Order: sequence, then structure tokens, then C-alpha cells
Amino acid sequence: MMITVFVITVVSFFIIILPPGDFVDRIVLEANQYGEVFEEHEIADLRRMYGLDQSALEQYLIWMGNILFRGDFGYSFGWDVPVSELISQRLGLTTTLSVVTLMFIWIVAIPIGIYSAVRKYSLGDYAATFVGFVGLAVPNFLLALVLLYISFRYFGQSVGGLFSPEYINAPWSFDKFLDLLSHLWIPTIVLGTAGTAEVIRKIRANLLDELHRPYVLTARAKGLTELNLVIKYPVRHSLNPFVSDLNDLFVKIISGETIVAVVLGLQTTGPLLLQALKEEDLYLASSLIMFLSFLAVLGTLFSDLCLMLLDPRIRRQAREGEMM
Amino acid sequence: MSFAADNANYGTLIWRRFRRHRLGFLGFLFTIFIYLVAAFTEFLAPHSQSTYKARDVYAPPQSIRFFVKDRSRQETFRLHVLGYRSKVDYDSGKRTFVEDPRKIIQLGFWVRGDKYELWGLFDYDRHLFGPIKKSDRVYFFGADRLGRDVLSRTIHATRVSMTIGLVGVALSLILGIMIGGISGFFGGFIDLGIQRMIEILQSIPSIPLWIGLAAAIPPTAPPIQTYFLITIILSIIGWTGLARVVRGRFMALKNEDFIKAARLDGNRPLRIIFKYMLPNFLSHIIAVVTLAIPGMIIAETSLSFLGIGLRQPVVSWGVLLQEAQNLKSISTAPWLFLPGFAVVLAVLSLNFLGDGLRDAGDPYEN
Repeated sequence: MMITVFVITVVSFFIIILPPGDFVDRIVLEANQYGEVFEEHEIADLRRMYGLDQSALEQYLIWMGNILFRGDFGYSFGWDVPVSELISQRLGLTTTLSVVTLMFIWIVAIPIGIYSAVRKYSLGDYAATFVGFVGLAVPNFLLALVLLYISFRYFGQSVGGLFSPEYINAPWSFDKFLDLLSHLWIPTIVLGTAGTAEVIRKIRANLLDELHRPYVLTARAKGLTELNLVIKYPVRHSLNPFVSDLNDLFVKIISGETIVAVVLGLQTTGPLLLQALKEEDLYLASSLIMFLSFLAVLGTLFSDLCLMLLDPRIRRQAREGEMM
Repeated sequence: MSFAADNANYGTLIWRRFRRHRLGFLGFLFTIFIYLVAAFTEFLAPHSQSTYKARDVYAPPQSIRFFVKDRSRQETFRLHVLGYRSKVDYDSGKRTFVEDPRKIIQLGFWVRGDKYELWGLFDYDRHLFGPIKKSDRVYFFGADRLGRDVLSRTIHATRVSMTIGLVGVALSLILGIMIGGISGFFGGFIDLGIQRMIEILQSIPSIPLWIGLAAAIPPTAPPIQTYFLITIILSIIGWTGLARVVRGRFMALKNEDFIKAARLDGNRPLRIIFKYMLPNFLSHIIAVVTLAIPGMIIAETSLSFLGIGLRQPVVSWGVLLQEAQNLKSISTAPWLFLPGFAVVLAVLSLNFLGDGLRDAGDPYEN
């Protein structure tokens, strides 16, 4: 766990800093377009001002040191404000959206998956399979665009954003929260479709394997009603591989959120990250990638805990200290 | 069932099982079709990817008509589309297109059109289907903001989009087999280290990582260089999944009796790997690879769509969809979505093909 966190900080920093070109190069390039020319020593001064004159390793150590000892994530070159100020609210929204999407996937996909396994080759099963194919083949951003178009064309309203215009800069209130909820469903559906499709497929396949086991026959012979029986034994078994893939799912949601947010104009981390990357805004971009990865790691931890709850064998392993 | 007559080898058996998998076979045929399109783009597209006509900016799709009425009201069979008469509303600045029944643009097969160089070898100017008169233009998928034919551009984009998937997967496969093979073959400490590395890489959300790397490609880089850099970026994550599969198979097979027997017979490790192990998981690897291609295609499309992947003048489906990025352009020209259908079709057929191959390669499938 600690190693993972450490490696993530390294990767997120060096991905941004190692490729050629930095923020000062961008300033110089932009100035050139307006006919201004910087002198060598001016460029050097700028680099020194932004702390870009040191080696990559030194910059990393300074950045890390400030985070560890002062909780300071650096300064955004492009926005001229501390990074933490910029990202705290957006990160919260990203987390909310990702968790809500995950819940959405569970609530929708698990019952449908169970249904289409128990009623194999029924109309509902085919419908679920169809949704599965759509989720599989339509890229997130395309789905977002199509939804944007449909709602604009047929309902005459724009669905972009997470808040109505009057709430964007307003302080948090109950009304703002309700407003968020009313806007949240579109990004949730867009982000959740691919995952839902995947989970339905997985649960259906797992459950189909389980339904013919002898223990199901035993339970049936015992006189349990079909619903009780299915939920009590085979479903529990079939959820196991699904829960162990949960982290994968969560990582995919966070990853997809970046691009969907750009299309739908959400006030989450995605658009900020994209802009920061284009501007070579070193600390902002690194911090964002780092936090998104941390979020994914937390998701992994969460899925391991769920697996422990679900599977007694893993509980025992954890007690014996194998998981650490 | 007679066994004597049926001494089919492994490949034939797989092929037979595969033929029975209906969706898989459909995906197979369609995948071949798409790659044929990718091979003959210049010939199949009615126009070149960059010719434009300012008068046809955002012209809507035209549909093919079959009969022409002459003066005596006799209908004769003639493939054609109707040209547009466009009016500009100077208040809103919008241009409206009305079909003009007098402007008949005749269509034909094997017609002369824009010149091209097929595979950099042959100079040619014939197109499979298009307007008979060289100066005419047709828009089956409508025109974009510069008056370029969206269908022709979609067909041209097929080559880049479909090959980027192949090249990306090939790179991932090389990395995956090497690293996964090392991990599975040596086991122990090396294996543990490599597995940890894969876990960490997989726990980093891929799109932020990709855009972080892709944003570093200078916009001034030549197209070919961008193309290969993008494939390298995609395979940086792509290899991890394949390495896991390869390692898993190695681990499972290493302790099988027939591998032990082969080792006791005095075979060298390389011979064991290629003669006995590889045939056993080859079909599985092929299936996994096929299933990895659509992911690459979607990833490239997403990056280019965000404007940090491939750039004009290279056209890929993602580059084309970039035109449909904002509400304004898609509400004036919904047909700009059409390249998206190409993505969906390609991804679906590759997925079906992969599923079919996986099922066919599984000897325990009844």
C-alpha cells in the first residue's frame, strides 16, 4: 500500500516533468506570437521564479517535502493560486460522481444480471444483452454527445454542467445540493453504462455456472422458494469474482470521468486536468493525476474490504496476515 | 460418430467450432470487411479526404435516387442524387439547403475522380462509386464545416483508426509476452516484483495517464511520429493485461504432466516453450489480443477527440468526431456523428470475433 502510494507520486510527477517543454517555454512561445521576444537572461529569470531551473529530481523532492511537511501542493502557474484551493471542491465533486456512478451500476446491474441468468433466453435477457452491447461498443464521450444532442433537440434544454448557472458560484446550501442531484443523473448514466454492461455480463456468466451445481439442487429439495434459494446461495457465490473486479471498475469510472466531464462541461477535475496538461501547469497537473490515482487506490482498498465481508476464506487469510 | 474419418487437426477443430458461433463468425466477416476498406480507402471513397467546396459547407446528406423523369414524363433508370440550391439567410448567417430537381448529379461505378496514389505505388484516379462528372461532388454522409465529404473522410479515417489498434496491440503483445513470460517462467522474487509493478500501473486511471503523456507530444511533430508515439502511449498500459494472461498460462502449464514429461525427455526450455506450451495457449492469446484491439481503438478515438491525440491533416475517427465536439456544430449538422457509428461497428465486430475465438479455443466448451 505505502509502496503503491509512493510509486504513484513519482509517476504523476515525472510524467509531467520529463517530456521536453515547460511552462516558461509556453510563455515564450505565446509572447513570440505577439511579436515580443524574450532575452536569454529573461527566460532564465522566469525559470528561476517558477523554480523550473532545478533538476527534475530536486523539483520532485521539494514538491514532496512541501506536501509532507506543510500540506502544500504547490502553486498553479496558469491560475496563480495555490493548487489545493483549485482542486479541493472539484475533487469532492469527482469523488461524489464516481461513488454515485458505482452505486448506480450496482443497483441496476446486479438485479438485471441475476434476472437474465435465471430467465436465460427470455425477452428480458435479450434486452439486457442488447444494453450490454451498447455499453460495450459506444465510447463514453460519444454517448454523452448523443445525450446532449437529444436533450437539446427534443427537450430544448442544455444538460451540460453539474449546477444551474445561478448555483455555480453560490456557497453550499440545501438548494444547491438539490440542484446538483437534478444534474447528476446524466453524467451518472453516461459514466455508468459501460460498467453496467460489463457487470451484467459478468454476473450472468458467473451465476449460470453456479445454477447447475449440486448444492442448488439440495436447496431446492429442501423446499426453499426459488427466489430465496437463488439469492441465498448461488448469487453469493457469483458476486465473488465481481467484487474482486470492483477496483478495476472503479478505476475505469474515474478514468472515464475525465473525458465525460470535458464533453458535458462538468465542474470536476477532468477539464481542469486537460487544461493544466495543455498549459504544462506542472504542480496542478501532477497533483490532479496523483489524487485521481489515490482515489482509485482507495477504491481498491474498499473492494478488498467488501470481499472480506463476503468471503469467509479471505477473512481468514486476512486474520493470518497474508493480505498485508 | 466415426473417429476414423475424423482425424482433423487442432486448427480445423477450432475453425469448425468457430463456424458454429454465429455472432463470432459475423464479427469475423465484418472485421475482414473493415480491414479491406482500410486497405483500399482511396479507391472506395468517392472523394479525397481534403478536397473541399466552400459552397457546400454543412450540406446535409444526399440520398441515392434511381429514376429520372424526362420531358415526356417517361421514367428511366439512372442512379443519381439531387444537387443543392443553397440560400443564405443574412440575418442569422445560416445557410439552408434545398434539393434542386433540375440539378441531377449522375452516379456511376468505376468513375474518374480525385487523383491518388494507392499504397504509395500506383497513380490512379478511378473510384468505386461516385459522380460520373469529375467536377461534381456527392455527400452521402453530408459535408463538414469546410465543405468536405464526411463519408470520404470516414472511409479514409478507417485506415488510421484500425491500424493504430493493430500496431498498439502488437507492441503491447511483445512487451506482454516478454515480461509476462519472464515473470511466469522464473517465478519467485522476479515474479513478485513484476506483478506488483503491474498492479500499480493498473491502479492508475488510464485516461489521465494517457492524456498526461499525449499532451507532451509537440503539436509540431510530423504525423507519422505522432502516430507511433500515440501507439506507444497506448501500449504503456496495454501490456499489463496481456502480461498477466501470459504469466497465468505459463504458471498453469508449467506443472502439467506433459510439460514435465517433455522436460524429463531432455528438451531445452525454449523448445518446451515453443513446441509444447505455446500451442496450448496460442488460441487463448489470439482471443485476448482480439479483445484488446477495440479498447485501443476507443482510446485513440478519445484522445484525438480531446484534441491531444492525432491531429489534422491525419484523419482518424476521433479526429473527425472532434468536429462534433460542441452543441453548436452538432445541432447544425447532426451527421457529423456518423463517424461514431464506424467506431461502434468496428468495436462490436472485433468484440464478437474475440468472443467467438475464445469460445472456439476452449476445449472444454460443450
